[in-house]
Amino acid sequence: MKAFEVVSQPINPQVYADFVLRPEAGAVTLFTGHVREWTKGVRTLYLAYEAYVPMAEKKLEQIGREIEEKWPGAKVAIAHRIGELQISDIAVVIAVSSPHRKAAYEANEYAIERIKEIVPIWKKEIWEDGEEWIGDQKKKPEGEKG
Amino acid sequence: MITLHYFAGLRELTGKSQEQADLAGKTVDDLIEWAADKYPGLQQGSARVAINEEYALPTDVLEDGDNAAFIPPVSGG
Repeated sequence: MKAFEVVSQPINPQVYADFVLRPEAGAVTLFTGHVREWTKGVRTLYLAYEAYVPMAEKKLEQIGREIEEKWPGAKVAIAHRIGELQISDIAVVIAVSSPHRKAAYEANEYAIERIKEIVPIWKKEIWEDGEEWIGDQKKKPEGEKG
Repeated sequence: MITLHYFAGLRELTGKSQEQADLAGKTVDDLIEWAADKYPGLQQGSARVAINEEYALPTDVLEDGDNAAFIPPVSGG
């Protein structure tokens, strides 16, 4: 594994937690983001993720550097899966270790927010009656169109 | 030559994931205009442009051999 990677196989989160653990760490936060079945009343059958892989991995590394600057002593590993994912599959894992728990919690949330801002990865939702790339034009539930 | 990359909805709109274009010396703004002219609807997705895997400014100039990617609003996580 790499500390910051885009993968096409199922993610084992423990690998990333183990990677960031070291003697000076008093806390490890492990976030896993999963494929959700229902979004705003619309049922998802499965998701398809696509990435600009070399740039996505660079941007994940950048997030890691930002975290090490903001929370000195933190160590980060992030993986995002691409391809077809089923309900409850892990799409993303973020592991952060730090000497004390507050930094590990805060840095972990910072990482997912930054992923949603700068990392070139796209999600397509496939429903019973159609499909759409999310981010381009969000589907709204019936009655909330426009 | 410049290698252009299209992803997600833009890949489906253009019908291709990449192509070559003779745009060396042009700016990112020129590139967007060129692509929007060739692929109507491309600008509606408010894509950003990355050059050689880094987000670029509208005034950045393309050089021969560059990789330019249209980055639609991202939706990872």
